[in-house]
Amino acid sequence: MKNEKNWVELCGLGDIPQRGCRVVVTDEIKIAVFRTHTDDVYAIEDKCPHLGGALSEGIVHGAQVTCPLHNLVINLVNGEALGPEPACVKHFEVKKEDGKVYLDLIPVKKEAA
Amino acid sequence: MKKKLVVIGNGMAAGHLLEELFDRGNTDYDVTIFGKEPRVNYNRMMLSPVLSGEKKYEEIIIHDEEWYKTNNVDLRTGVNISKIDRENKKVIDDDGNETSYDKLLIATGSYPFIIPVVGHKLKGVVSFRDLDDVDIMQEAAARGGKAIVIGGGLLGLEAAAGLQMQGMDVTVLHLMPTLMERQLDSAAAYLLEKEIEQRGIKVLTRANTEKIMGDEHVEAIRLDDGRELEADLVVMAVGIRPEVKLAAEAGLMVNRGILASDHLQTSDPDILTVGECVEHGAECYGLVAPLYEMAKVIAANLDGDMTAKYTGSVTSTKLKVTGIDLFSIGDFAEDESREGIILRDAAGGIYKRLIIDNNKLVGAVLYGETGDSTWFTQLLREGTDISEMRETVIFGQNFQGGPPLDPMAAVAALPDEAEICGCNGVCKGKIVSAIKEKSLSSVDDVRVHTKASASCGTCTNLVEQLLSLSLGDSFNPNAPKPMCPCTPLEHGDVRRLIVAKELKSIPAVMQELEWETSCGCAKCRPALNYYLLSTWPGEYVDDNQSRFVNERLHANIQKDGTYSVVPRMWGGITSADELRAIADVADKYKIPTVKVTGGQRIDLFGVKKEDLTGVWADLNNAGMISGHAYAKGLRTVKTCVGKDWCRFGTQDSTGLGIKLEKTLWGSWTPAKLKLAVSGCPRNCSEATCKDVGVICVDSGYELHFGGAAGLEIQGTEILCNVSTEDEVMEYTTALIQLYREEGYYLERIYKWAKRVGFDRVREVIVDDEEQRTTLSKRFYHAQQFLQIDPWKEFVDGKDAHEFAPIKPIPLEAAQ
Repeated sequence: MKNEKNWVELCGLGDIPQRGCRVVVTDEIKIAVFRTHTDDVYAIEDKCPHLGGALSEGIVHGAQVTCPLHNLVINLVNGEALGPEPACVKHFEVKKEDGKVYLDLIPVKKEAA
Repeated sequence: MKKKLVVIGNGMAAGHLLEELFDRGNTDYDVTIFGKEPRVNYNRMMLSPVLSGEKKYEEIIIHDEEWYKTNNVDLRTGVNISKIDRENKKVIDDDGNETSYDKLLIATGSYPFIIPVVGHKLKGVVSFRDLDDVDIMQEAAARGGKAIVIGGGLLGLEAAAGLQMQGMDVTVLHLMPTLMERQLDSAAAYLLEKEIEQRGIKVLTRANTEKIMGDEHVEAIRLDDGRELEADLVVMAVGIRPEVKLAAEAGLMVNRGILASDHLQTSDPDILTVGECVEHGAECYGLVAPLYEMAKVIAANLDGDMTAKYTGSVTSTKLKVTGIDLFSIGDFAEDESREGIILRDAAGGIYKRLIIDNNKLVGAVLYGETGDSTWFTQLLREGTDISEMRETVIFGQNFQGGPPLDPMAAVAALPDEAEICGCNGVCKGKIVSAIKEKSLSSVDDVRVHTKASASCGTCTNLVEQLLSLSLGDSFNPNAPKPMCPCTPLEHGDVRRLIVAKELKSIPAVMQELEWETSCGCAKCRPALNYYLLSTWPGEYVDDNQSRFVNERLHANIQKDGTYSVVPRMWGGITSADELRAIADVADKYKIPTVKVTGGQRIDLFGVKKEDLTGVWADLNNAGMISGHAYAKGLRTVKTCVGKDWCRFGTQDSTGLGIKLEKTLWGSWTPAKLKLAVSGCPRNCSEATCKDVGVICVDSGYELHFGGAAGLEIQGTEILCNVSTEDEVMEYTTALIQLYREEGYYLERIYKWAKRVGFDRVREVIVDDEEQRTTLSKRFYHAQQFLQIDPWKEFVDGKDAHEFAPIKPIPLEAAQ
């Protein structure tokens, strides 16, 4: 359980291209921060659950991204793959405030299925 | 004292209304009715049999003069009402005569839409709307000759059949891919097209009229693809528009039609409206049943029964062409909650499809056998729960109560463990069980769920056969193949509509062509970007975010997330300086693998993303630009050394290869494009398995196209022989331009040529000098916007954000 958010200021919304992505690198993980055509912002681990492709390089369509390696489609809202096999990447909370984008570096915990 | 009821328009709706009113025994009104046509009320739906000669005008009259007299209706034929004076409650005709009213009924109907192409006012161009049109058409038919009907909808096909029966040579032009697309699904439309063609009527779908030609009288039609068709008569039957002019000028509320309440009242309570001019609940109707339903409501209301209300209609359609039985009703759009039941007997020419939503019938298409149309209409209107008779409902009313049939088809002879997809190791058993368990119905579904045929696609046929075996007749491999799940349109439709509707951006395409997603998907976006880029050179701004990563970053992504970089080496010729620079780059950026490619280039593998701009800058400084090794565009022109060195060489193959590459580089094509030039028929540069190949011979150059040496192996076919380098350039650029204007995204040149026909390509490029030179000119025109080195643009700072993470995250924050 966590209550406190650990918001880190990333950049301005305009620093991420619409229907595009920028990457945040920490010592442990690469996080892909997406901006959709409707200016929603989502963050997921930059690693496709299929064979580890860089999701940050995929084509962004709606709140989804298609992995550039083998075309697996990931739902940006919850990190879940839309393929027939259940698969998931870590996803992170983001917020927009005064045109800035903030990221919580602790991944959202999946509810036990 | 009687109230004065004035009716504008003496069509079927108005006539029916009066009939309903008099049937009620109502005598409260003095009725005056104005008709523009100099005739009594006749059955407009029966114009087709009159045209074909099967009926006479007298036989289609609904109300003769006697009827008007008997009912004390003051009929004024040939009088056009030009104004409504609402304040003083009177109508005024063209001659200024005034008639006052207590209640006014507007029944102006609709007018035929005429496409405003050049030549639409020529003599011999008619619509198909009233008896005057029929007279003109019959006069033309009496002279014989060729008729073209524009519009493959209900009216157009009826007109075509009528003219054909009158002895004309008839061609139907239809903009959409299938006939009567509003009423029929593609399978029924196919049967219809076949039947119509068997009668000797030619049908051209996807035909967009560019202009009608002739001095005074029509002589021919020109399509936007350049085809010209001779014509002595042109019938426009592309649709109708509600006639609202009079109502609008009177200040009544008008949208597409005249806005009407459930009592068919306009925005002025003393003015009612009925028929095709009405807009009710955002619908305008062009069929007779809704008009009759409206008429009934108005008659009841006028008679004082205000409980009668009009609540909209479910429309059904029957094609009135003798010998063709066709019926459609309701809605047959695809939807998740909807299921279809299909009966198909292609040889017997019978096709029936029922659409069921939540155990209720919501739509039906019947072709070839329409005996049950009434019963289906009843089930649909009454919302009958059909779950009890579900298995037999399609066999019709008489079959109810009979034993249910087993619709399961037998599964084929291959053992379950037989491998179907070699790329992904998928066996038959897995595919068949996925089809059943997950209710898969298309090759795409199977791809998603089993990965079978998801990689190279060569097993697509086998997968289709398994679908047929598992699903029986309900699987149709020839069904249209939508470009992606966002649209039912095929690639060809989208390409054509982009040109026809002048769509110039991805959002415009998605809006106009009614995309089902707001932002497309990874399949359609790159395709649309290509189509727009190739259709509107210099106008359309390339959308980087709709490009696959390799084309966005101008490098090839590898499985570990690093990139490979290939500098251009014109014609495969390099130099000590270039090689030295490449070696320096490999050292400086610690590039692990350096490989010679199949296209006579050097490939640097394992470049980190953040090093890309540095690598490019160093290569640029040594005079090298991007080799586009990632592009759906011109990749390489391979050459042999030619007559400078080779004892067999006949021409300067290296020089020609370089010249070709310098001309072609930077161009985007539907799929990758590789060329080769060989200096003699020994063909050391392997030109005969390339997209485009040139083989030098003593007398000049042999041009080849349509080879493949990847997933499929196929030798090229010869385009033609030419004698000069200039001709090589003209023919090659024209060929590539044709391919890029017609190819579907990701379709290699050999597949395109197979689809459109190798002979047709030769006809355009070799036999038709005018087309060849204009194609070539269009190619050169587009190149001026495309020959910009993308690497240099990045080195100069374009899209710098692509190559750097947002910012390092401090350690404490990450913990």
